[in-house]
Amino acid sequence: MALIRDLAIQATQMTLVLALAPLLTGFIRKLKARLVRRQGPPLLQPYRDLMRLMKKEVVLADNASWLFRVAPYLIFAATWVAAALVPTFATGLLFSWSADLIAIIALLGSARFFLALAAMDVGTSFGGIGSSREMMIATLAEPAMIMIVFSLALLAGSTQLSSVATYMLSPHVGLRVTLGMALVALIMVAIAENSRIPIDNPATHLELTMVHEAMVLEYSGRHLAVIELAASLKLLLYVSLIACLFLPWGLAPAGSGGLALAIGLASYLGKLALAGGLLALFETAIAKMRVFRAPEFLGAALMLGFLGTLLLFVSRGGLR
Amino acid sequence: MTRLADLTTRGRSVRAHRPWPRTVIDAAVWRAATRRLTAGELALLGLWGEPGQVHMALLDEAAGRVAVLSLDCPDGHYPSVSAHHAPAGRLERALCDLTGLKARGAPDPRAWLDHGRWTLRHPLGAPVPAAGAAQPYVFLPAEGESLHQIAVGPVHAGTIEPGHFRFTANGETVVRLEARLGYAHRGLLARMAGADLATAARLAARASGDSTVAYGYAFARAAEAALKVEAPPRAVWLRALMAELERLANHLGDIGAICNDAAFLMMHAHCAVLREAALRANSATFGHRLMMDRIVPGGVTSDLAPDGASVLRALVGTVRERLPVLTALYDDTASLQDRTVGTGVVSTELVRRFAAGGFVGRASGRDFDTRRALRYPPYDRLEFQTPVRTEGDVNARVWIRIDEVSQSLGLVEQILERLPGGPVRRDLPAGSGEGLALVEGFRGDVLAWLRLDRGRVARAWLRDPSWFQWPLVEAAVEGDIVADFPLANKSFNCAYAGSDL
Repeated sequence: MALIRDLAIQATQMTLVLALAPLLTGFIRKLKARLVRRQGPPLLQPYRDLMRLMKKEVVLADNASWLFRVAPYLIFAATWVAAALVPTFATGLLFSWSADLIAIIALLGSARFFLALAAMDVGTSFGGIGSSREMMIATLAEPAMIMIVFSLALLAGSTQLSSVATYMLSPHVGLRVTLGMALVALIMVAIAENSRIPIDNPATHLELTMVHEAMVLEYSGRHLAVIELAASLKLLLYVSLIACLFLPWGLAPAGSGGLALAIGLASYLGKLALAGGLLALFETAIAKMRVFRAPEFLGAALMLGFLGTLLLFVSRGGLR
Repeated sequence: MTRLADLTTRGRSVRAHRPWPRTVIDAAVWRAATRRLTAGELALLGLWGEPGQVHMALLDEAAGRVAVLSLDCPDGHYPSVSAHHAPAGRLERALCDLTGLKARGAPDPRAWLDHGRWTLRHPLGAPVPAAGAAQPYVFLPAEGESLHQIAVGPVHAGTIEPGHFRFTANGETVVRLEARLGYAHRGLLARMAGADLATAARLAARASGDSTVAYGYAFARAAEAALKVEAPPRAVWLRALMAELERLANHLGDIGAICNDAAFLMMHAHCAVLREAALRANSATFGHRLMMDRIVPGGVTSDLAPDGASVLRALVGTVRERLPVLTALYDDTASLQDRTVGTGVVSTELVRRFAAGGFVGRASGRDFDTRRALRYPPYDRLEFQTPVRTEGDVNARVWIRIDEVSQSLGLVEQILERLPGGPVRRDLPAGSGEGLALVEGFRGDVLAWLRLDRGRVARAWLRDPSWFQWPLVEAAVEGDIVADFPLANKSFNCAYAGSDL
């Protein structure tokens, strides 16, 4: 009986992230439009776009290989699994044992690998530009992410998300410099990873400045729909990750009842709205960086993560 | 004797050409003029042709004098100007495409406007049916290790005009950029030839939609010069009013658009609101948002609406109130300044050589403004400054435009205050003659030339300021990174349709 219940919660979690991802994207778009006094597209527009793309015919370049056709599904699958692993409204899910931070980084890394490869497959110049820029960003974003994970793991004694979240909820955490640094670094990585301003502009029409969009320029129809959905999922994943690690309040503990789950869900939605609002506000008030400033930005994230880990060592006397 | 008068006296003067002289000269004087261009003593304003003759418009900046030199070329050849003076290059290529006259010794024999898809060759010369398939266009080479090409356009991801850009890059660094234009060619000049004055004026006003007032203005002034008539005083002032309103709307829109290319949404949104306010005021005052076809040879077609003056004064008040806030926002946003300062630099030397007008020239230290240099009415009686900067980067071009907005606001106020009464349009005689006019559009000096034959246009030529600005875009991004091109390009905002004709 408990197994069935756990399965049901895990299934809810998986469908929830999938169902909410386009809404978060739509919410941010709407908010950004309202912030600059525009009407903006309806909240549900991303769902409609996905439906429209699903119905459309796929136009493939003559020289597109099997990789180009397979990559969207691989990217989607990897991102979905990663997003489903992050505790959103409840910890101690059925798959919690596998909800490891390093596993999530690895899943996202493979998704990125296939996207970059597929972008170069057709051989257009924009695909190449996008891939090379994405890889430049990734070479710094991934180590920064690993450093953040290290500092959290050192604190919580585990890289498992449920354990870290439980640890964060425990009373003896307090305010720690390391945590602050890890939070800032994680936000910076999240911005870069999700192709948001100031690293990339998700709404741009300028081919030459694109990073993520340049890689998916050649995709159409259901392939594009799947990639777009994966991009939304990734954004949701990072927001959930930040929420789970740094704002774990409201998370339903393992084996809790319906009320706790409902509170968990409500607080999760609140966190999403808060994060979306902050992101929209931030994006409206800042200009995009020059491409070669991105390494400096991510370098700062890497240093913050590194310093956080180091401080932890020093304060604990871990070097002795 | 000025440097220009010296050349114009060495040939047969054409009486019918007004207001500046046109002289038919021989090849030796043509070469002498080319040498003076190379030496930087004169500036090239235009180069165009008709069957058997090429014309070159020259400017003596110091003396504020303009002259046209014409060379007969019975064998279909003339000595190349571009062999010694690069700014003439694309004009020579376009001239060859349109009339079939070839520049002897030209360094670049490739076609410019004619992409091999026209049904006729040399439509303005001796037309012959086009034969054979289009030849592939060979882009200028760049050699070196690990260089790759990036082809962009002519269809772009955004809704903008068509143009092809071929980058040769080393990773992100641009080694060479070459633009290929001509995709918006509509055969304007061929349609103007033989048309009556009213039709030709309508065509001229459609050369470039964002500069429709400037083109209408230049064409009307050229036609009036050819016919030796003057527009009624009220029309003269209303034209300047429209020109300033057009400048205002375009500058406001573009300041925001440049910021938008750096993904700074706030500036874009606020500037778009102001531009919209300006366009609505135009519509309320002159009955058209862009004031298209409002300026015609002989005057203007619509007088100020009864409440026009108060609408425009309200607009001036609104812009004046909000502009300082926006300027401060632009100046105080570090992330934006980081993008615009030092990006897309054009040197003063290059701007002088290409005689680039408008904010492109003025941001790089070329203090040239047709309104001041040639002092056509009513600007000879108005007070305004021409802002000049020397940095030549995107930031400087933005600042020139911000400063020009303030100047235009002042001009609008002065014109409204001193607007004379009387009729706004007069009838034109069906005469003959030749006229040349230069008018300051928002991009720079728009040139219009035409020859009238008993009330009909025999020949006409329009020269957009962008002819001398496009090559500078290519120079500006050299050594910059590929991702900065859209921002640099937007800060120039050169016309595609205007130079494709």
